[in-house]
Amino acid sequence: MKKLILAICLLFSIHLSLGASDIQLLKAPVNLEDKQSLQRGARNFINYCLNCHSASYMRYNQLQLIGLSEETIKKDLLFTSDKIGNPMSISMGADDAKKWFGAAPPNLTVTARSRGEDWIYSYLRGFYRDTSREMGWNNSVYKNSAMPHILWELQGEQILDPKTYELVLQRPGKLSPKEYDQFIGDITNYMVFMAEPNQQKRKQIGYYVLAFLFLLLVLAINLKKEYWKNIK
Amino acid sequence: MANSKNNESTGLIGWIDERFPLSSFIKNHLTEYYAPKNFNFWYFFGALALFVFVMQILTGIFLTMHYKPDAAEAFASVEYIMRDVSFGWLIRYMHSTGASLFFVVIYLHMFRGLMYGSYKKPRELLWLFGVLIFLLLMAEAFFGYLLPWGQMSYWGAQVIVNLFTTIPFIGPDLAEWVRGDYLVSDATLNRFFAFHVIALPLALAGLIFGHLIALHEVGSNNPDGVEIKAFKDKKTGIPLDGIPFHPYYTVKDLIGLSVFLIVFASIIFFAPEMGGYFLEHNNFVPANPLVTPDHIAPVWYFTPYYSILRAVPPILNSQFPGVAAMGLSVLIFFFVPWLDKSPVRSIRYKGLLYKKWLTAFVLSFFVLGYLGTVPSNIWGQFSSAVPLLGNGDIATFVARIFTIIYFLFFILMPFYSKKDKTKTVPNRVTMP
Repeated sequence: MKKLILAICLLFSIHLSLGASDIQLLKAPVNLEDKQSLQRGARNFINYCLNCHSASYMRYNQLQLIGLSEETIKKDLLFTSDKIGNPMSISMGADDAKKWFGAAPPNLTVTARSRGEDWIYSYLRGFYRDTSREMGWNNSVYKNSAMPHILWELQGEQILDPKTYELVLQRPGKLSPKEYDQFIGDITNYMVFMAEPNQQKRKQIGYYVLAFLFLLLVLAINLKKEYWKNIK
Repeated sequence: MANSKNNESTGLIGWIDERFPLSSFIKNHLTEYYAPKNFNFWYFFGALALFVFVMQILTGIFLTMHYKPDAAEAFASVEYIMRDVSFGWLIRYMHSTGASLFFVVIYLHMFRGLMYGSYKKPRELLWLFGVLIFLLLMAEAFFGYLLPWGQMSYWGAQVIVNLFTTIPFIGPDLAEWVRGDYLVSDATLNRFFAFHVIALPLALAGLIFGHLIALHEVGSNNPDGVEIKAFKDKKTGIPLDGIPFHPYYTVKDLIGLSVFLIVFASIIFFAPEMGGYFLEHNNFVPANPLVTPDHIAPVWYFTPYYSILRAVPPILNSQFPGVAAMGLSVLIFFFVPWLDKSPVRSIRYKGLLYKKWLTAFVLSFFVLGYLGTVPSNIWGQFSSAVPLLGNGDIATFVARIFTIIYFLFFILMPFYSKKDKTKTVPNRVTMP
C-alpha cells in the first residue's frame, strides 16, 4: 500500500514538473500584502493596458480593497467610465480591434488565473524587435503574439541573439532594467489581485474556519469516546 | 412498530404519531436501526456522500439565483458570483470543490464495497442502486461542467457529445439531438442547465432514497463480512453485534465529518483550484468555438475512463470500440455481485489472489487516471527499431496494458475468486 501511494505521488510530481512547459518562465514577484505595489500596479494597468484590453468583470470600486480611497479612484483612475461602480470596460469594439491588430486583445480580468502570474511577468519582459512581424515586435514567451510592445519606451528595445537565443537590450529605455522589472512586477501583482479580489479575505476566513473545525474534531472525538465507553 | 399506532408518546409528538409514523420512522431508521459495532473508517464515506449531496443541492440553489444559462452571459455571471455576490466566491468554491470531493468519497465508498464484499447476497440490489447513482452522478458532473462556459467546459462537452457520433448508424443524428445544434451552443447550455439543476438531482435524490431503503432492509455489511442478524438476543431479538445507529454512529460519523470538513475547508480557502485539477486553468478563458485548446483534458474524476477511451485503437476506421470500452468500464460494476464466486465476503478472509487483483485494479485506476490528464505523447515514442511498437506513444502502450488489467479484474473474477484460498470466517464480528 505504501509503495502504491509512493508510486502515485511520483507520477503526479512528474506531471507537475512537465506542466511547467518547455519555456523557462521567470518567477513573478507577487505579494498581495504589498499594497504600495498593488496600487502602483493598478495605476500602470489602467494607464497602459486598459486602452486596448478590457477588464470588464472588475469594478473600479473594488480597488478600495487595495487601499485606494473612493476620491483617489474617481480623481486619478476613472478614465473610461464616470461611475465608481462601473466595470473596467473599454470603448474599442472587438471587431475593430481584430481588424487593427489581427486578434482582439483579450479581456484581462482573470488572465492571471488562466495563464499564471509567471507567464504574464515573463511575457511583459519578453518583447523583442522583429521586423518580419506586422507590428515590428515579437515575443519570446508567446511566439508571434499580435500585441505590439506598448511599453517599449520604458523598457527600451531588446533583440533576440540569433546564436544564444537570449534577449539582449540593444537600446535602453526610460527605465533601468531593474526599474522596468519592478514596473511589470507591479502590474503582474495587480493582475493577480484583480483575478480574484477576495482572495486575501478568503485566506483570512480560512484560518478561523479551520480553527473552529479542529475544535469540533476534538469535541467529536471526546463525544464518541463518552458514548462508546461500554461498547466492547 | 411501523404499522401500529404509537400510544406511548403524548403531546405534539403523540398528535403527529396518530397521523404520521414519525416516532416509528425515527426508531426504524435511527434509534432502533442496528448497525454492526465493528465499522472502521471506511464506513464514513456513505454518510459523507449524503452530506456532500445535500451541500451540493444547497449551494446549487444559491448559485442558480445568480447564474445565467446563456452562452453570452454565462462566463460573466460566474465572475459576477465570484466578485459581486456576497460570499458568492465561497458558495461557488464550495460547489466546485464539493463536486470533486463527491467523487473522492464515492470512489472510496465503492472501494470499501469491493474490499468487504458489500455487494454479495443479499445486498445485490443495494449495490445496483449504488452503481446507478454513480452513473447519474457522472452525468450530473458532466452537465454541470459545461455551465461556467470556459474553454474546457466547452471543448470537454464537445468531445464527450461527439462520442455519440461514433455509434453506428444513428450516431451523428443522436449527437445533434443531444446538442440541439450542429455544435455545442446556447441551446446545449440551456438543456444541460435543465439537466444539471433539476432532472438529475431529482433522479439522484430518488435513487439515494432507494439505496438507503435497500440498506435498511438488509442491514449494513461490516469489515468482517459477518451477518450480524445470525446471532440475536433471544429475548429482545436485537443482533448481539448490533448497536443503534443513533447515537453510536451519529457521534462517530461526526468525527468523520469533522475530518472531511477540515480537508474540504483547506481546499476551499487555500487551494480552490487544487493546482488546476479541480478548476482547470483553461476554464478561466471564455468558451470560444473557433479556438481549440492544445490539450483537452477532462476533470480528474473522469480521466481513468478517458484514458480507456484513448487507449482502444480504432477498428475499421471507427472510434466506436473505444467509446464502447469506456462505457463498459463503468457499466461493468453492475455485474460484480454475480462475478464474485468467493464463499466469503470480506477481504480479511479472502486469499492472496483476490488481494493481488484488487491491488492491480486500484493501480490501473490510478495510472489510467493520471494518463488521462496528460497528452498521450507525454513519455515520448518507442524507437522505430522496436518491433510492433515502433514509433508508437509509450504512454498509449502503458494505458493499453492497464486498460487490460482494469477489465481483467472483472472478467477473471469468477475464476480467481473461486480458486482463491479463503480463511475461516468467525461467527461473530471482531472489534478493532
